[in-house]
Amino acid sequence: MSTILIVEQVLNGLQFGVMLFLMAAGLTLIFGVMGLINLAHGSLYMVGGFVAAVVAGLTGSFTLALIAAMAAAAMAGALIEMTVIRRLYHTDHLDQVLATFALILIFSEGTRWAFGSFPLYLSRPEALAGSVTLPFGIEYPLYRLALIGAGLAVAVGLWLLIAKTRLGIQIRAGENDREMIAALGVDIRTLYTFVFALGAALAGLAGALVGAIQSVQVGMGEPVLILAFVVIVIGGIGSIKGAFVGALIVGLTDTLGGIFLPELFKLVMEPAAATQVGASLSSMAIYLLMAIVLIWKPTGLYGARTA
Amino acid sequence: MSREWIVNAALIAGLIAVPLWAHLSGEPFTITLATRAVIFALAAVGLNLALGLGGMVSFGHAVFFGLGGYSMGILAHHAQNFLPLYDGLFLIEGTKSMPVIWLVAILVSALAALLIGLLSLRTSGVYFIMITLAFGQMFYYFAISWRAYGGEDGLSIWVRNGFPGLNTLDPIQFYCLCFALLCAALWLSARIARSPFGLVLNAARQVPARVETVGLDGQRAKLVAFVISGAITGLAGALFADLNRFVSPTMFSWHMSGEIMIFIILGGVARLFGPVAGAVLFVAMEHVLGDLWDHWHILLGGLLLVIVLFGRGGVIGLLAGKAQSHD
Repeated sequence: MSTILIVEQVLNGLQFGVMLFLMAAGLTLIFGVMGLINLAHGSLYMVGGFVAAVVAGLTGSFTLALIAAMAAAAMAGALIEMTVIRRLYHTDHLDQVLATFALILIFSEGTRWAFGSFPLYLSRPEALAGSVTLPFGIEYPLYRLALIGAGLAVAVGLWLLIAKTRLGIQIRAGENDREMIAALGVDIRTLYTFVFALGAALAGLAGALVGAIQSVQVGMGEPVLILAFVVIVIGGIGSIKGAFVGALIVGLTDTLGGIFLPELFKLVMEPAAATQVGASLSSMAIYLLMAIVLIWKPTGLYGARTA
Repeated sequence: MSREWIVNAALIAGLIAVPLWAHLSGEPFTITLATRAVIFALAAVGLNLALGLGGMVSFGHAVFFGLGGYSMGILAHHAQNFLPLYDGLFLIEGTKSMPVIWLVAILVSALAALLIGLLSLRTSGVYFIMITLAFGQMFYYFAISWRAYGGEDGLSIWVRNGFPGLNTLDPIQFYCLCFALLCAALWLSARIARSPFGLVLNAARQVPARVETVGLDGQRAKLVAFVISGAITGLAGALFADLNRFVSPTMFSWHMSGEIMIFIILGGVARLFGPVAGAVLFVAMEHVLGDLWDHWHILLGGLLLVIVLFGRGGVIGLLAGKAQSHD
């Protein structure tokens, strides 16, 4: 177990974590402001991945592909917000779960209808192709490093938007008291559509960025969606800061657990059994972590509201 | 006699008449479809206890469905390969006997429901939904990584398990078994809903604070309901595995949890026969629409949206009018 391996895995964990943050930020924002649980968030991630793959295939430009992915996901988000989601704000969580589950069925099956079941290929941009040498002679793929940078940049941008702009004030006010902010003359319907489209755009961006290191296929959003739920439950639903901390915790636990748990068990067991037990446990590690956090703090690390 | 009562009676009559007709005219596939519907209905009757009566929106009932399935799969796997299940201080062998398998499935899923319920009921609302969902995924990934019992490929059983005095290989006899269990579960649900325990549960769903004020433990009632609910869904899982003679991690997947929930919504929330109507409708749609169009899930999604947004009563609500709060 060398230092190089450890550093590499920590970087992988960070990269996974910031991508989870892009998903979790949208989910937690939508829940915080509108009180809506949106299962179809994974479908918007998938939309991002597919649009990026198609646009990159047509134009050959990764930048264009990213912009198109965000725009398409934001538009899809705004569309479902205005047609379906808007009717769900005043209903209970069961209705929200079912309606957004219905949206998943429509999105997934519709995409399968249009593109078939085979994965599409999205190649990473030329400029970010190779690997870089970090201090201590660690070779690391440049693209993954760029993902970490992009994720952190989005986190900072989101923080600036929420904390420093007029729009951010309206969003925070909307979380606290939606009747009051409507009475003060803010168009709450437009604000809701904007917040939903913003969350959708972040999901689309994540789908496009991750699509270049994994395959773009139907159902790609679902594992990520569920991990994003774990993230916001750990962080506290409605808290962006919680989503960030939670995303890093989950990303690191998932990545490091897969590598180190089998090694850990090898100290006390024979190798074959240790690999087996370690692999089983590591796939469950984040859910165990979530259970522990909830026993300790039933509303998550930074959650104040009782949902 | 209310209209809902007539709809329920018609549903039961249909579940007796259609398989009987299929048996007499030699169409075993129809019987298999009916068996599938009845088993799904049983799973949803289980979930309905938690969801409809207790107000616990569990998005992880596939855990119990899968545990029931794997109880059957593991016991039968050991029996058919003549491998002891445990060979230490004493000997435990696998079995091909349905009653034993059912008992194990019920106990295992009840135990899991107790543990999951203890943890999840510390939270409520949207946290509860997500935690149950996450527990479902935990079991799903565990089943995938557990190579001893097939991992991702699942487990196949060569011959359907037996029931004393019946030939379970005959489709109509296996159907009758499943149907009898469904009726028993419906009877149990109806009894629970009318019992003092059911009233506490109902009250704990509506106004938790008042239940506590009069000195009753609403949380404990919810936990007990969750355990019974999990046990019934677990039994359905064992039957489902026996129907297919196959178990795989997909029984644990969150799509399964979603589908069990869909059965209830299609049929109508908080109706005794809602899960039955929903499961029958689902299997019928799966068969008819699935034949016409590979992408019938788009239509299912659309129908689900319409029901959620415009008609809360589901099929039974459509046929029988508004729900009566007391009967």
